[in-house]
Amino acid sequence: MQNSNPRRLFLKQAMSASVVTVAAAAGLLTPRMVLAQWNADAFNATTAADAAGKSLGGAGEKSDKVKIKTPGTAENGAVVPIEISTTLPSPTQFAIVAEKNSKPLCITYDVEDGASVSMVGIRIKMGKTGNVTGIVKSGGKLYMAQEQVKVTAGGCA
Amino acid sequence: MATKVRAKHKDGETLIKALVNHPMETGTRKEKDGAVVPAHWIQQMTFTIGGKKVVAAQLNTTVSKNPYISFKTAAGKPGDKVELSWSDNKGASESGSTTIK
Repeated sequence: MQNSNPRRLFLKQAMSASVVTVAAAAGLLTPRMVLAQWNADAFNATTAADAAGKSLGGAGEKSDKVKIKTPGTAENGAVVPIEISTTLPSPTQFAIVAEKNSKPLCITYDVEDGASVSMVGIRIKMGKTGNVTGIVKSGGKLYMAQEQVKVTAGGCA
Repeated sequence: MATKVRAKHKDGETLIKALVNHPMETGTRKEKDGAVVPAHWIQQMTFTIGGKKVVAAQLNTTVSKNPYISFKTAAGKPGDKVELSWSDNKGASESGSTTIK
């Protein structure tokens, strides 16, 4: 219904990448607002390293200040609950990467100043057994925690 | 479709949980007749507390059907309004809100 309305369609097209790029070039948008575009490059990346690099700028170093909670074994790969928690001060970004998925990057969270997020959770699909990594950016540096999730029935990812 | 949000303040932090009814099609699933079901997924979710943005999430097709998302933040206090608005790759959008308990 929405798409059949010419005005809505126009507005949608007006919000397309080209317009945002032009606005950014003209200095109308801050870098943060440009980031708000869906990061197709990162989400379509086919390796975990590429996904981490294109979303947060790297995979980060293992840290005991980042914890990942997974079911360990997932009987149903279509619904795998993942939680990343951290004691790092003022994290600015979180990302969850499932290395064996054809598109490993599942989700990113951008945190606004002062929001001080200590935990993020989501349910993801997993095609097969593999490592799931939670990456946290804090103070401009990247930290991570990783755990293997055994998938006994894949979830078409 | 429905967008449900719950928020609870405890020990200085607000736990926000949200559930959105959405098919989250990957674009690789096939119907019984072999026809590929086109990709249809939520790309962005933005959470505000008291009208101020706190978290903006970007989702891939690999997030489960009917996304359940949660986070804990130091922002917000009981009585504040929490709102989630999302948009998908077909341009559909919706929002849901609650008051922090």
